[in-house]
Amino acid sequence: MAVLDQPASSVDAPAENALTASGLTGETLTLRVLKGVPGGEPAEVAYQVPVVTGMVILDAVHYVQHNLDTDLACRWNCKAAKCGSCSAEVNGHPVLLCKTRVDDLPPGPVTVHPLKSFPLIKDLVTDVSRNYEVNREIPPFTAAPDDGTPWRIPQEDIDRIYEFRKCIECFLCQDVCHIIRSHDLSERFYGPRFFVRVASLEMHPKDVLDRREQTREQGGLGYCNITKCCTEVCPEHIHITDNAIIPLKERVADVHWDPVRFVGRMLFGRKED
Amino acid sequence: MTATPEPYDTIECDVLVVGAGGAGMRAAIAASEAGCSVTVVSKSLLGKAHTVMAEGGIAAGIGNVDPEDSWEVHFADTMLGGQLLNNWRMVELYAHEVIDRVLELERWGGIFDRTADGLIMQRAFGAHSWKRLAHVGDRTGLELIRTCQDKMVHTDRVDVRMEYTLTALLKSGDRVCGAFGYNRNTGQFAAFKAGAVVLASGGWGRMYRYTSNSWECSGDGAAMAYQAGADLLDMEFVQFHPTGMIWPPGARGILVTEAVRGEGGLLFNAEGTRFMLDYDPVKKELSSRDVVARSIYKEVQAGRGTPHGGAYLDVRHLGADYVKRKLPSMYEQFHALASIDITQQPMEVGPTIHYTMGGVRVEPETAATTVPGLYAAGEVAGGLHGANRLGGNSLGDILVFGRRAGEAAAEFAKTSGTARVFDDAQIAAEQSDLLQPLGGDSNGAAPSENPYKLHEDLQLAMQDDAGIGRSEESLQRALAAILALRERSTHIRVSGGRALNPGWHTVRDVTNMLVLSEAIVRGAIERRESRGSQWRFDHLDQEVEFGKVNFVTRRGDDGMEVVSVPLTPLPDRLRPLLERSRFYDPAKLPKGYLTETAPVAGTTRKKK
Ligand SMILES: Cc1cc2nc3c(=O)[nH]c(=O)nc-3n(C[C@H](O)[C@H](O)[C@H](O)COP(=O)(O)OP(=O)(O)OC[C@H]3O[C@@H](n4cnc5c(N)ncnc54)[C@H](O)[C@@H]3O)c2cc1C
Ligand code: SF4
Ligand code: SF4
Ligand code: FES
Repeated sequence: MAVLDQPASSVDAPAENALTASGLTGETLTLRVLKGVPGGEPAEVAYQVPVVTGMVILDAVHYVQHNLDTDLACRWNCKAAKCGSCSAEVNGHPVLLCKTRVDDLPPGPVTVHPLKSFPLIKDLVTDVSRNYEVNREIPPFTAAPDDGTPWRIPQEDIDRIYEFRKCIECFLCQDVCHIIRSHDLSERFYGPRFFVRVASLEMHPKDVLDRREQTREQGGLGYCNITKCCTEVCPEHIHITDNAIIPLKERVADVHWDPVRFVGRMLFGRKED
Repeated sequence: MTATPEPYDTIECDVLVVGAGGAGMRAAIAASEAGCSVTVVSKSLLGKAHTVMAEGGIAAGIGNVDPEDSWEVHFADTMLGGQLLNNWRMVELYAHEVIDRVLELERWGGIFDRTADGLIMQRAFGAHSWKRLAHVGDRTGLELIRTCQDKMVHTDRVDVRMEYTLTALLKSGDRVCGAFGYNRNTGQFAAFKAGAVVLASGGWGRMYRYTSNSWECSGDGAAMAYQAGADLLDMEFVQFHPTGMIWPPGARGILVTEAVRGEGGLLFNAEGTRFMLDYDPVKKELSSRDVVARSIYKEVQAGRGTPHGGAYLDVRHLGADYVKRKLPSMYEQFHALASIDITQQPMEVGPTIHYTMGGVRVEPETAATTVPGLYAAGEVAGGLHGANRLGGNSLGDILVFGRRAGEAAAEFAKTSGTARVFDDAQIAAEQSDLLQPLGGDSNGAAPSENPYKLHEDLQLAMQDDAGIGRSEESLQRALAAILALRERSTHIRVSGGRALNPGWHTVRDVTNMLVLSEAIVRGAIERRESRGSQWRFDHLDQEVEFGKVNFVTRRGDDGMEVVSVPLTPLPDRLRPLLERSRFYDPAKLPKGYLTETAPVAGTTRKKK
């Protein structure tokens, strides 16, 4: 992999601008961004970025876009760790660029690469559409017929699924999962994000569907061997393995498909655990 | 310029929805349920729209916590908060229907925090009489977007096109018949043919330097509507949220939700004084956003600001457990971005641009704009919030009017047939305009311009001269800056090709923001008074005459025109409702049509 210097035409870009108007530390960060397009030979390009107090890697990427390389591609939306758009690999670790502070990284050059498990579109942007397809396969929330009265749900029931609902679909967990990385299984495996999704539906006190058989059969739940890599990278600190995957595995082992229970749930609108 | 366009993809549908935030998705669901085929287009991936960032909650007069609450009180609070410039019919529909929309969200699988009785929990928010915001922790927007997303992708006849940018509305005669744009990843052009179009493209906070808004908020929809001849309403009203992060520099502007104050957080100046007791002894920290933002600004101006030029927001007295449970993402945000533990240290906060009250002018019932076939809902539309929006009223807005817009657009598409003849000359002109900045020399002798630099310059001009406090002088300066930037924008050149080129994408964002900045500034110049979010240093009082009109901005033969149109006064049947607000004070009614007409039965009013 070649390391190129930043394009000569842009080295004279001013270091001082509105982005860095205050808080300049006087230090310079070397940012090595893997640039490339599908079919091409991706190469790291090194950029020099003036460091600002509290700077996150996304700030540094923006500095590059504004001053040094206007067509460097990177996804982002909120810059507040709330939307899950800016996922990439910094020094080899899958992270949110907007939540990764320069002063938390070891001194020296910082590499920024796109997520490895998804097909490249350009530079730091990958094609995550497979995740949206999986989501469509999972049967949506389904309640018993509405009897018109306001729902009464204890806070404890909400607390149990709230953790799963925090998911911002950054797909970092999907990126690190070795089952997804091994391409022969990835088509038959929903992945940690979607086990979280299934868990949030299955544990919703008002949902009456049973997705266990499907999660086992189409979702490949059994392939997961609980390495916990997904949990480690989750920026929302969701206990993906302990609170979603393991309980799902237990439920799946419990009952594969029991029509009597299903009818019971439709009638009474509540799921037994 | 040729009249034969270069090849483009054609996508057909009954209803085209521009935007996949809460408003767009709710519109798509409604249009599809009405039997139409729907295409939803968004600049970003599904589930990432600006709505995802909303924190505090959805305002709805359900009365689960405070039984005194009702749609009527919600109506009164919203009208008074908007300084009576709101379209009262929109407010009436809104306050009524938002209750059903919240319950519907729950029926679609959305979760909310609960009361001890297991009902939907509601929290206090600024200038709402009662505890009114249905919420889940401080991540209500995420919950709303995920719930609508899941509902929409499992709805028949809805086709979602992620990462497309629309750049122009296409017209057939007077009527809108689709939109034109490109696939962001490939740069391939695309034309969307539709029986009706719903704009749900959100607001435009990114023309300011310090903003809570996501990058998408460049106001494309409003700019496209303006170019297509639609009226824009009350554009000068731009909301400063009182509490944004101010340190470190890169985090400046990121929102600190009002829920922090709703849950009991207090504001102090650098001297330790709880200054809101002086500025608004009744509502205190939970005064309306315009008042709290101005109070912080005044404290800083008076030399009582914190080290980085703001105020302290303190939640330490609430206890660490409570803070982590009710405000988890604030805890995380300060921890990660500012290395501050908010259960141990106060937060430093200051005003940040947050929301655009102005927008495309619509009919209350149908969300129809002034151009046939074009509808608008959510932050892109104007009228609901008047001169100042109350917190929590936007998430409700996008559900109520998203649904109405979707239904009305479906009806229009079904009854009006398809006027789907594209004007090749319009498409060719649009293509040539889009392609101009790519490669080649800059226009004439002037040096080529960098779109990001233009954006930064615009942000500085708007922040300094059309910001929280304004005057004739500063606004004229801002206008001159905008016009100069507009000239410079014709020389923008970017390197690279059409495939996923952010520099190229930024060009149209900037030109759209220039149009809307001009509209904000021209409106602010005309409104020679202080009302709601508009604070004129040279006109500190409210004026009766400006309380009787809305400002309409439209494209005229010689450029942008701002005209005042009389607003329809609150009808007699609704006037008594105003008194239901806990903050109703006959001596302090917003000046305007109510302070000039005969007194309402049962009220005593003093004229100031
Ligand atoms: C940090 C934060 C917290 C907030 N908290 C609250 C709260 O607690 N309560 C509340 O009521 N409100 C809150 N708000 C306000 C509220 O979130 C927004 O006003 C609301 O979500 C706007 O929704 P929308 O559907 O109108 O537009 P958006 O969510 O902004 O969606 C716009 C959509 O249009 C698409 N789009 C735009 N331009 C184009 C184009 N040219 N081509 C194609 N697609 C395009 C975008 O991709 C996006 O999908 C908050 C806002 C912020 C920033
Ligand atoms: S625990 Fe399972 S889902 Fe998570 S990374 Fe490991 S194998 Fe994948
Ligand atoms: S579970 Fe966590 S890591 Fe996975 S997509 Fe959701 S937020 Fe990201
Ligand atoms: S930009 Fe939204 S999570 Fe980073």
